[in-house]
Amino acid sequence: MIAPAPPVSLPAASVSRSESAARPGPLVSATVAILVAATAIPLGYVVWGAVSVGWNRAFELVVRPRVGELLVNTVALVVVTVPLCVIIGVAVAWLVERTDLPGRAVWRPLFVAPLAIPAFVNSYAWVGVIPSLHGLWAGVLITTLSYFPFMYLPVAATLRRLDPAVEESARALGSDSAGVFFRVVLPQLRLAILGGGLLIGVHLLAEYGAFAMVRFDTFTVAIFQQFQVTFDGAAGSMLAGVLVLLCLVLLLAEAGARGKARYARIGAGAPRTAVPVHLRRNVIPATTALTLLALLAIAVPVWTIMRWLWIGGTSVWHFGEIANALGQTIALAALAAALTTVLAFPVAWVAVRSNGVLARAVEGANYVTSSLPGIVTALALVTVAIHFVRPLYQSGPLIVFAYVLLFMPRALVNVRAGLAQVPVGLEEASRSLGSSPSATFLRVTLRLTAPAAAAAASLVFVAVATELTATLLLAPTGTRTLSMLFWSFSSELDYASAAPYALTLVVLAIPVTLILFRQSTKVAAL
Amino acid sequence: MLGIRGLAKSFNGHVVLDHIDLDVAAGSTTAVVGSSGCGKTTLLRLVAGFETPDAGTVFISERQVASAERSVAPHRRSVGYVAQDGALFPHLTVGQNIAYGLSGGARSREVRNRVAELLETVALEASFASRRPHQLSGGQQQRVALARALAREPVLMLLDEPFSALDTGLRASTRKAVAQLLTDAGVTTLLVTHDQEEALSIADQIAVMRDGRFTQVGAPQDVYRRPNDRFTAEFLGDCISLPCTVTAGVAECALGRIPVQTSTGDGPAVLALRPEQLVATVISDSESPDGIGTVIGTEFLGHDVLLTIDPANDIAPIIVRQHSLDPPSIDAKVRIKVIGNGVALR
Repeated sequence: MIAPAPPVSLPAASVSRSESAARPGPLVSATVAILVAATAIPLGYVVWGAVSVGWNRAFELVVRPRVGELLVNTVALVVVTVPLCVIIGVAVAWLVERTDLPGRAVWRPLFVAPLAIPAFVNSYAWVGVIPSLHGLWAGVLITTLSYFPFMYLPVAATLRRLDPAVEESARALGSDSAGVFFRVVLPQLRLAILGGGLLIGVHLLAEYGAFAMVRFDTFTVAIFQQFQVTFDGAAGSMLAGVLVLLCLVLLLAEAGARGKARYARIGAGAPRTAVPVHLRRNVIPATTALTLLALLAIAVPVWTIMRWLWIGGTSVWHFGEIANALGQTIALAALAAALTTVLAFPVAWVAVRSNGVLARAVEGANYVTSSLPGIVTALALVTVAIHFVRPLYQSGPLIVFAYVLLFMPRALVNVRAGLAQVPVGLEEASRSLGSSPSATFLRVTLRLTAPAAAAAASLVFVAVATELTATLLLAPTGTRTLSMLFWSFSSELDYASAAPYALTLVVLAIPVTLILFRQSTKVAAL
Repeated sequence: MLGIRGLAKSFNGHVVLDHIDLDVAAGSTTAVVGSSGCGKTTLLRLVAGFETPDAGTVFISERQVASAERSVAPHRRSVGYVAQDGALFPHLTVGQNIAYGLSGGARSREVRNRVAELLETVALEASFASRRPHQLSGGQQQRVALARALAREPVLMLLDEPFSALDTGLRASTRKAVAQLLTDAGVTTLLVTHDQEEALSIADQIAVMRDGRFTQVGAPQDVYRRPNDRFTAEFLGDCISLPCTVTAGVAECALGRIPVQTSTGDGPAVLALRPEQLVATVISDSESPDGIGTVIGTEFLGHDVLLTIDPANDIAPIIVRQHSLDPPSIDAKVRIKVIGNGVALR
């Protein structure tokens, strides 16, 4: 799964001129209101599920050994993996950004590359290397290697824009290198670390494929299995309820740790670049550590995929089937990406340019849904479709709608940032030059937001293309996307036949990973 | 030309404009000057149409464009607006920026000629048309913004701190060029600034604003020489305030008897003088004690010298600014001479 841009790139909503809050028109308001209402469907499903089974039954379903076991697994996973990712991500970012380590130009993009490998593909790769891999530690190993870039990206971006004068002052006040790092640098990285940690936590709670492959049961895995056994069962929806509660705990923990601070906008950058720390004797251990990390995170999956391709030979390349799957994947992903990006515009506009009830509703809804696991959204839509709009069940529109709900937060991050960077002054200049509001939007706003919109669309595109959980649940009969076929082959332990699909998925994700990397390195130039 | 009557605006219960009245004659320039946060930018934005007033009206060329009930959209007001940073469209070339408000494609001969003409008006070469805004210096960007606003031949030009983003040397020259250009074009101009020197030098009329109200409106010389109150006096430049007693148009104070212009009636008042009205000359001990003080500090500023003089009769030391040739030394006895009239304020 490709992740949304790191939260540090989120400009503060206060960029907009609060005193000139514009009122959105009826069309915009209605669209946004409908979308906000739609984001309530997953939560509504959980609440409704709890209410409809009754208090006693719900209690019975939640308080049982199986749920306890899942809770221990899931909590242990988060508690172990997130700190590991913090240590690795911060260490790598600091080495790459702040020292004279040789080959930094190569290391810098290399540690973003794991994001191009979906976690379930990574899991498949590791199972190929160590077939006995299973349980908590397998889950920790795989997700740490897959998700540490979520920490590395925002931390590296923040390190780049820290004002070196602050560190020099600390130096002048008598701190040594370590003192400067722990007393001055690390506190300034707090927001980046919290944002990255939240993102990793949310991904850990939502991941299905990677854990199913190594037989590690988290809530998401259990909900999925429950769904396959007892379709639309109360047990499943109760598990989903507990999962949603875990997500809310995560959100609250992050909000509590963050306090009143907000994600700072990446400004015009530091006036000077910091003088790199000389590693001297530590160059060799540092290089060795980075090499080892790169081997584990990138070389292992790439090598395994290549090995299975070699073993499978030409017989695994069913070009007709692969081409068909690729075509279906691209069609679905392109449709969902276009729709999500278009719908993100009114939502982002309301969030950035107005400050009414609707804007606050958008903020809140977006905040919660961005952390809801795909499985909950998918289950909710299945239930709603079965009970209220039967013809929509397992239809194209429903799965596209699910993608819009799931990936709207990712599109929003970009479109919002893009919109917030268009100074209100430019729109006003256009108005005073005789352009109507709609002409101004087309000639100035849209034109300047185009790069952000393109980034948003490509993020959603790859997120959809590599999505597994919701796709397995909602795809219309006969749909065969790359990830579905990959999953069905690897579930049958036909690893060789799965390899071409794994390769195609990775290749498809590379351009977007590059976009993510560029976004984090380049300061929004305008 | 521009008429503002009883204009009021609040944001979140905070009064920003408190029933403002202002008239700007056709072809003239009015500067609204005040410290930041006094409401001057809001006034400009209300005239431009980016905000709607809570009360009051705005008339442009006898046409009512804004009231609490009805507001004409900004693009239908034929008002030119130049923002503090120029607000050039970064995705368009200079030529396309200038042509933005013109009808017809940016490539048509007519539009191209007009763009070249406008570039010439703001003293930029025609070759600038193909450049991008980020390739221009601050002063050039500001001139392009002006050309862009002039392109539509607005009846009223609004300038929001247009020179504040420029460095000192450039600010003075750009200011002069823009003032000349607007006067030549006969465009009625409303300018807001926090820089009193800018306001005084550029405008036919200045309006000093404080907390959403005008403290004084008038010709620059009048307002500078005859301020209505101490705020206005002190805002427009350095000011020396001395307690005094007014009797029949003459103020009796530590510096002697000084004729005052404003008739506040007889009695105790505060005498306001501009530093340039004071000259300190070294004297011998034998002279009469009237208007004499002791120099207790000198500060050399290159061109000028600041003398801190203790007038020796229980009032605060007076600062005198004068040219730095042969300044009095510390402890020297000086006579302070007052040139011209003072102003007596309550």
